[in-house]
Amino acid sequence: MSTSQESRSGTVAGMVQRHGALGVLVLLLVVGGLAFDTFLTAYNLGNLAVQASFLAVIALGMTMVIVSGGIDLSVGSVYALSGVLAAYSARWGPLAALLVPLAVAAAIGLVQGLLVGKAKLAPFIVTLGGLLFARGLLQFLTDEGGETYLVPRDSAFLQLGQGSVLGIGVPVLIVVLLYVVGGIVLQRTRFGMRLFAIGGGEDAANLMGLSVTSTKVGVYVLSATLAGLAGAMNAAQLGSGVTVIGVGLELNAIAAVVIGGTLLTGGMGSVSGTLAGVALLFVIQDLINQVGGFNSNLQAVVSGAVLVTVVVLQTLLSRARR
Amino acid sequence: MSELVTAGVRPGSRAHLVGLARDYGVYVALGLLVLVNLVITPNFLSVDNLRTQAVQVVPVLVVALGMALVIGTKGVDLSVGSVMALATAMLPMYLGYGPVVAVVICLAVGAAAGLLNGSLVAFIGVQPIVATLALLVGGRGLALVISGGQLREVRNPEIRELGAGSVFGVPYTVLVAVVLVVLVALLVGRTTGGRQLVAVGGNPRAAEFAGLPVKRVLLGVYVIAGVLAAVAGVLATARLTASDPSRLGELIELSAITAVVVGGTPLTGGRVRVLGTVAGAVLMQLITATLIKNDVPASVAQMAQALIIVAAVLVQRERNSS
Repeated sequence: MSTSQESRSGTVAGMVQRHGALGVLVLLLVVGGLAFDTFLTAYNLGNLAVQASFLAVIALGMTMVIVSGGIDLSVGSVYALSGVLAAYSARWGPLAALLVPLAVAAAIGLVQGLLVGKAKLAPFIVTLGGLLFARGLLQFLTDEGGETYLVPRDSAFLQLGQGSVLGIGVPVLIVVLLYVVGGIVLQRTRFGMRLFAIGGGEDAANLMGLSVTSTKVGVYVLSATLAGLAGAMNAAQLGSGVTVIGVGLELNAIAAVVIGGTLLTGGMGSVSGTLAGVALLFVIQDLINQVGGFNSNLQAVVSGAVLVTVVVLQTLLSRARR
Repeated sequence: MSELVTAGVRPGSRAHLVGLARDYGVYVALGLLVLVNLVITPNFLSVDNLRTQAVQVVPVLVVALGMALVIGTKGVDLSVGSVMALATAMLPMYLGYGPVVAVVICLAVGAAAGLLNGSLVAFIGVQPIVATLALLVGGRGLALVISGGQLREVRNPEIRELGAGSVFGVPYTVLVAVVLVVLVALLVGRTTGGRQLVAVGGNPRAAEFAGLPVKRVLLGVYVIAGVLAAVAGVLATARLTASDPSRLGELIELSAITAVVVGGTPLTGGRVRVLGTVAGAVLMQLITATLIKNDVPASVAQMAQALIIVAAVLVQRERNSS
């Protein structure tokens, strides 16, 4: 910041880092729209948005955890477990189908949060334990994965995943609502400020007298509950509790968050960037599908290459800012 | 550093006992588990059973050796499972040139993968989780593209002998693992590189100021982890007598990280416990085997594993925070 020249180049680099995902997303949408007739249609985009909504909900919680300097590896398992619980509980009515998975997910988040916040264990290991535990519990509840519970066909719970209002899918509306609230929470509330402070420097946050422990507990409860909600939404969309989903989903969520410009080291990030990151992942996948002739294996290769490119650019940009 | 701390502690005091628990806990737990098994599991000490357990633990153990080095530098390598698949996808393709050439090519692919990971971490400064996440996603995709997504039988007699044969009753795969343990232990304990590794993990900036080749150490560690993953892939493929790029090494990164952490290597870096890692891998293997042999469902075994991981880091907490 010593000269105006430096600060200007710093600002440009910072802007690219924070809004790069959005820029690439817009670019891809334009290119995709020009190249494929079936791409920029309301039908295709609507479909894509519903598919992306589950990851979007999970990535919102992941953003907050990562801003606080932590990580949550358990979300994929909690997502799958919650889907099974929702499908099972749907026999007791739609409210139970929603609340049972949310309560169990929140409880898992609470234990993880206490282990991270109070016992000061490494988030990576605690949530790795959570990943294994939730997946084990899922297997246990489904007769070692052999049982698939179905949501009753007339259950109002199905609307959570299959319904639409004014042509927009309910899952998409939930995502929009959650991201507006999430953005306000992160940018405009004390909780959000504390997350940034803890991620920026935990010792400093402690010295400032911020309630580090309760904030950390809160953020892991939040992340797990959102994963639970995503699982319930998915069960409502599929009409059943599929046991094999969600493996590796935590990594997709982390990738979306990182692509969206949130630093893994904590202390910096935005939910809008994450939303752009999630959308980018799905648009890339859809464009590869549109090109056709590629198999799904090549998609994984492309995703990996995109991830490397983005993080290398981001790391170089954030270094240029310093 | 913990040696210094322990040195100033009164023998028999609570702090002393905690120190002992974290340093030798994994061996005590392993000893207890063996005793319990002697009582409750029929034929536990039979040569057949011991051999089965040893053979089963080999791939995780070999991967965990590399993981211990990476974690010693405060990093993590999520890509090991995909590297196993990618490296061994080469095996059936090059067996025509003889088993030695084919295996060397596998190891070279592992080294190249490590070079990619290491370059991202050392030269660009990408966070290890994200740097290796890219290869986790892309590596398996590439393995499937190369192999055409097919499981391929390995008919080469030498490779089959490597997987099934033994000398004086000790399977070849176990012998390879033992040799690798000795080599890695020597590397960490007796070489300049090993001391540099610990210094880099303990405090990268101090190591840099002290003139240590930090980047070269980081690069080397990821290359070793990649090669060891390839070795684990070859051993597992030899035992299965088939190359299975879609399943081989799936989620092995989690088992390997678990073995390392349970074995007493802190995730915060600066310390590598090679024998502890061996004990950690054997302990986790025996726990699963014990539970399953005594008719406990796999799901419950997995939940037990999760609790043990968290318990292990709880015991080690004081070292991690110091």
